[in-house]
Amino acid sequence: MSIDLHGPGLWYATRATGLVSMLLLTGSVLFGLLVAGRFSSARWPRFLTQGMHRSISLMVLAFLALHIGTTVLDSYTSISLAAAFVPFASSYKAGWLSLGAVALDLIIALVVTSLLRGRLGYRAWRRLHWLAYACWPVAIAHGLGIGTDRSVTWVIAVTLACLGGVGAVAAWRVLSFGAQ
Amino acid sequence: MRLRVNPIACTGHGMCAELLPELITLDPWGYPLLASEMVPQALAGHARRAADACPTLALLADDSFVAGPGVRHGRRHAG
Amino acid sequence: MNTITVGHRAGPRLLAGLSYYGPAGLPDHHRQHGPLPAVGRRLIDVVDAAGLTGRGGAGFPTGRKMRIVAGGRGSKVVVANGCEGEPASSKDRLLLTMLPHLVLDGLAAAAAAIGARDAYLCVHDHEASLLESLQAAVAARKDSVRIQVSGVPGRYVASEQSALVQYLNGGAAKPAFSPPRPQERGVRGLPTLVNNVETLAHLALIARYGDRWFRSAGLPAAPGTMLVTVGGAVRRPGVYEIELGTPVGEAVARAGGLAEQPQALLVGGYFGAWLPAGAAWPVPMTHAALKAAGGALGAGMVIALPASSCLLAETARIVRYLADEGAGQCGPCVFGLPALANAMADLAYHGGRGRAGRQLAALLPLVERRGACKHPDGVTQLIRSAVRVAARDAREHDVAGPCRGITREPLLPLPGEDL
Repeated sequence: MSIDLHGPGLWYATRATGLVSMLLLTGSVLFGLLVAGRFSSARWPRFLTQGMHRSISLMVLAFLALHIGTTVLDSYTSISLAAAFVPFASSYKAGWLSLGAVALDLIIALVVTSLLRGRLGYRAWRRLHWLAYACWPVAIAHGLGIGTDRSVTWVIAVTLACLGGVGAVAAWRVLSFGAQ
Repeated sequence: MRLRVNPIACTGHGMCAELLPELITLDPWGYPLLASEMVPQALAGHARRAADACPTLALLADDSFVAGPGVRHGRRHAG
Repeated sequence: MNTITVGHRAGPRLLAGLSYYGPAGLPDHHRQHGPLPAVGRRLIDVVDAAGLTGRGGAGFPTGRKMRIVAGGRGSKVVVANGCEGEPASSKDRLLLTMLPHLVLDGLAAAAAAIGARDAYLCVHDHEASLLESLQAAVAARKDSVRIQVSGVPGRYVASEQSALVQYLNGGAAKPAFSPPRPQERGVRGLPTLVNNVETLAHLALIARYGDRWFRSAGLPAAPGTMLVTVGGAVRRPGVYEIELGTPVGEAVARAGGLAEQPQALLVGGYFGAWLPAGAAWPVPMTHAALKAAGGALGAGMVIALPASSCLLAETARIVRYLADEGAGQCGPCVFGLPALANAMADLAYHGGRGRAGRQLAALLPLVERRGACKHPDGVTQLIRSAVRVAARDAREHDVAGPCRGITREPLLPLPGEDL
C-alpha cells in the first residue's frame, strides 16, 4: 500500500481529523469545566470526570498529530511542518493557519504542564491552565476560518453545538463557583 | 508508602475517597480522613493514583516510607 | 502589673535587671550583666549542655534547633518571635518593653553561633510604641548582625513560626505546610532559626555565665528558670520568674496566693488545659510533669478559676474566640472549630440535653491533628480538659440547665477587652 500524496485522500483525512479534533477539544474543555465545578452525582463519580478530561485531552493530541501529518504530506498546498507550530510561517491562508499554530502550541503547553503538574506545583499549574480558556476559542476560529466544510450545514450545526455546550457548562461553572 | 494530606491545599474535591476508599473517607465537610498514614503494599498503586488525581495536589504519597509487616509507623530508607 | 520575684532559691535571672523606674537602656543593661562576650559556633555546645528548651510553648531543645540551622547551606537567618499570640500571657511583652537588650543580646548571640548575618525581631504591628522603642534600642547597639524590627499582623496564628517566615517572605502571615520546616528553608529560602524572645533572653545569659550556671536553677531534666504569667483569682496577677519544676501551687503563691476559693487552674494558657485545683497544686512546672498530669506547660500561664465561675462558659467563650482566630486555610479548622464552639456554647448556656456532649465527642476527632498548624489541636485539648475537669458540671448543665456561674463576669482575658 502506498500513500497517494497527490490525490484527495489526504485532503479528506485532514478535514476529518480536524473536525474530530474540534469535537474532542470541546469534550476536553467540557470535562475540564465539570472537574473545576466539582460536578458529581450518584451515578457519576468525580474521578470519572477527571479521567475523561485526561484521556480526551491526550486523544486530542493524537488526532492533531494526524491532522498535521496529513496536512503537511498533502502536496496540494505547500504547508511546512514548521507552519503547524510557528504562526505566519506559511503563506497559505496565513491568518487562519496561524490561529491553528497558536492553538496547537497552547495545547502542547497545556498537556506538558499537566503531565509535569507534580513538579510544577499546584499554583503555577493552575495559572498556566487558564490558557485553556484562550486556546479553545482560537482553535474553533481556526476551523471556522480555514475549514473546507465550514459552510456545510451539519458542520455548522456541530460547531454551534460545541459553542452552546461550552457556553452552558461555563455558565454552570461560574454559577456553581459563586454558590460555593 | 506513606500518605499525607496538605490541609492548606486541600479544597475537598473528594476524589481521593473515591479512588482509595480502603483508606480514605470524607468528613461531614468533604475533607479526607485517613484511616492510616501507612499504605499497605497491596494498595500502593491505588494510593499513587489517588495522589495523582487530586485536583489540587493536596494528597502526598511518599515512597521513601516503607511499611513492613507489623511496622506501625514505617521506617525511612537509609540514605 | 506585678513583677515581683521574691522567694527564689537562685534569685531572679532574666528579671534581675528589672527596674521600676522604666525600661533598661543599654548602659543599665551593661551595668547589670556586662557586655555580651564574643561568641561563635561553640555556643551551640554550651546551649546543648545547658539544656535550654524553647519558651514559646513547644519546649523543643534550643541547642538542637540551632545545630540543625547551623548545619544548613549558605547564610542563615534568625527570627525572634515576640508576637505573644496567647492573650493571657504578658511575659514576652514585659521582656521587650523593660529589658529589650537582653533579648537583642540573645538575638546577636544566636546569629553569631549559627552564622547569620540577618536577624528579625517580630512583634505585633498594632503595638506602635513597642515597635518604636525596639527600633531605638537596636539603633543604640553595635551588632555585627543586621537586626530588623518587623510588625506582624496581630492574629493568634500569625505568631506560629512558619507563619512568621511566610510573612517575612512577603506572603500572608498564615501557617504554611511543612515540610519544609523553617529550619531547612525559611526566610528568603535560607535556613532560619525561629526562637521565642524569652528563649533568646536565656541564651544571652548562657553566653555570659555558661551552662553550669544555667543548670544551677531548675531540675536536672528541666533546667533553668522561666517566666510565668499568673492570673485569674490571685491577689497579685503578673509575670513571675520561677525555676522549672516549681510546683504550680508555689507559682500561685508567688502571685500573692488565691483571692478566692478555686475550682480549677488553666495551666499553659489557651493552648493548655484545665486541671482540678487540688490535683494541679503539687505538679512541678515542667513539660513532662504537666503533660503526665493531663495538662501542658505551654508558654507558662497559670490562671486560677474561682469556684463561683462556670468553667464551661469560660471555655465556650475562649473556644469561640479561637475559632474566629484561625487562618481560614484548612477545612477541618474552618468548619470544625465553629462547630465545636457552637456545641460548647450549647453545653454551657443551654444545657444541650445530652446532644451537646454527643456533638463534642463526634467533632473532636474530626478536628484533631488535621490542621497545617497546631491551632485546632490546642482548641481540642482545651475542650477535652474542660469536659474532663467539669464532668459533673457538664452533666448538671445537660439535665438542669446552666449553673449560676454563667452570670458571673468572664474571667479569662481576650484581646480588645478591658479587664
